[in-house]
Amino acid sequence: MEKMIVGEGLVFEYHQHNDAGEVEHIHRAIDGLDLEVRKGQFIAILGHNGSGKSTLAKHINALLVPTEGWMRVKGMDTREEGNVWKIRQHAGMVFQNPDNQIIATIVEEDVAFGPENLGVEPEEIRRRVDQSLDAVEMGEYATHSPNKLSGGQKQRVAIAGVLAMRPSCIIFDEPTAMLDPSGRKEVLDTALQLNRNEGITVILITHYMDEAIHADRVIVMDQGKIAFQGTPKEVFSRTEEMKAIGLDVPQVTEIAGRLKREGYDFPVDLLTIEEMVGAICRLK
Amino acid sequence: MIRDITLGQYYPAESFLHSMDPRSKIVLTFTFILSLFLAKGAPGYGVAFLFLVLAIRASKVPPRFMLKGLKAVFMIILLTVFINLFLTPGGAVLFQWGVFKVTRTGLETAVFMALRLIFLIVGSSILTLTTSPISLTDGIEALLKPWEKVKVPAHEIAMMMTIALRFIPILLEETDKIMKAQMARGADFESGGLVKKAQSLIPLLVPLFISSFRRADDLALAMEARCYRGGEGRTRMKRLSYTRVDVAAALVVAAYLLALGLLARWL
Repeated sequence: MEKMIVGEGLVFEYHQHNDAGEVEHIHRAIDGLDLEVRKGQFIAILGHNGSGKSTLAKHINALLVPTEGWMRVKGMDTREEGNVWKIRQHAGMVFQNPDNQIIATIVEEDVAFGPENLGVEPEEIRRRVDQSLDAVEMGEYATHSPNKLSGGQKQRVAIAGVLAMRPSCIIFDEPTAMLDPSGRKEVLDTALQLNRNEGITVILITHYMDEAIHADRVIVMDQGKIAFQGTPKEVFSRTEEMKAIGLDVPQVTEIAGRLKREGYDFPVDLLTIEEMVGAICRLK
Repeated sequence: MIRDITLGQYYPAESFLHSMDPRSKIVLTFTFILSLFLAKGAPGYGVAFLFLVLAIRASKVPPRFMLKGLKAVFMIILLTVFINLFLTPGGAVLFQWGVFKVTRTGLETAVFMALRLIFLIVGSSILTLTTSPISLTDGIEALLKPWEKVKVPAHEIAMMMTIALRFIPILLEETDKIMKAQMARGADFESGGLVKKAQSLIPLLVPLFISSFRRADDLALAMEARCYRGGEGRTRMKRLSYTRVDVAAALVVAAYLLALGLLARWL
């Protein structure tokens, strides 16, 4: 399969300046990290605050450029300035705060913002806006003001705004952190559906473990490095290691682990409630 | 309470004026405002008044909405009237009391000045009442476009207006939230004199400023992520286009100007 994103030996340093403008402290947000994402994959990146996961996300669409090492998106090096806009069109990004990423005062105008920046013809923009809004099921709100929408709806508008640029990859940077449970579900379902039906590569950064269970691969980050990675089942069955770096495992996995410890004959790599029900029924 | 402030006073309706192109509305409104300075004497103002009545009828906006705009500047109008009334020399003295002297010219100037101000405000509120903020912004951008050659930042001005329109309700909401949070902890915004009230706003403004800087930072990042790089090479989804409505409106305004000009000639 085609390689979408490749990064090698990535290092990113934040420089903290004192009042005199001298560098006072250097913080390594990313510390020697390799990354490879193939086309059409759904990748979840987990990690607690300050683990470098958001910094990594910003490298994928060239909002940040690595201090050392390199990152290529569809073969384009992010360090080359000529590639920046092409990369950002291919790798769209949805941010955490739904209010701070909507620019226009009308939903459809906001969705049109991306393609307008790319210089797309007006008729084509119109077509893309309608398609994108339909893809996130926000078509009926096209002429509404974003201020009156719920958090989940605003986030879906933001997704439509990225879709209208026709990206091959979307990076979700904790898109559900500020939403209520129903909004979280809306956004997650949209991301999953875009991955399955439209073949868009999805990179989901989150600290909700339950959101990672549908991923093809889970990457766990700690202190700017990849602590470990694998399928959701592989990753979450390492309950102890997850807890050691301050992360939880999905509730179902947690319960399965405890039952196992109590001496029941129980698989520990359960992720969904359905699997749990199946396992309990098989108990005897 | 703070959320009751409505921004831009757009009155949605389907009318002749609503269907006009924002560019022609802006240009014609300015033409009308300028024409007020050419109008002379009662007949001139009469023609201007008739034109306004016609415009209000064509806008389908209830006249009381127009008058709302006047309330805000009532004091200014009153002040202008008084200054003109008492301080204009010349003509027959109609009334005198101590140093205060009202002359015939003074009275005339005062009345016409008040009318001019009222017409001016009503005229411009017709523009804002019949044009949504977003199409007003589009209109301003399109009209300023030719001036970009002499370094007028047309696109930047329009983008700033759009972002301001988008964030003012959000910031108002946030102000409300911070106010309530501080009131819950015993802050007092209600009592005290003007100075004390102003002082009590400081703890409100500091967090508001900090959060708006953070929002600006986030928004800039989101805009860059969506390939925003200024106005160059940018297209627009909606294209403005003049229609027959605009031609008709231009003709009406031309007829009005002609009437005004002829009157000025005769008198």
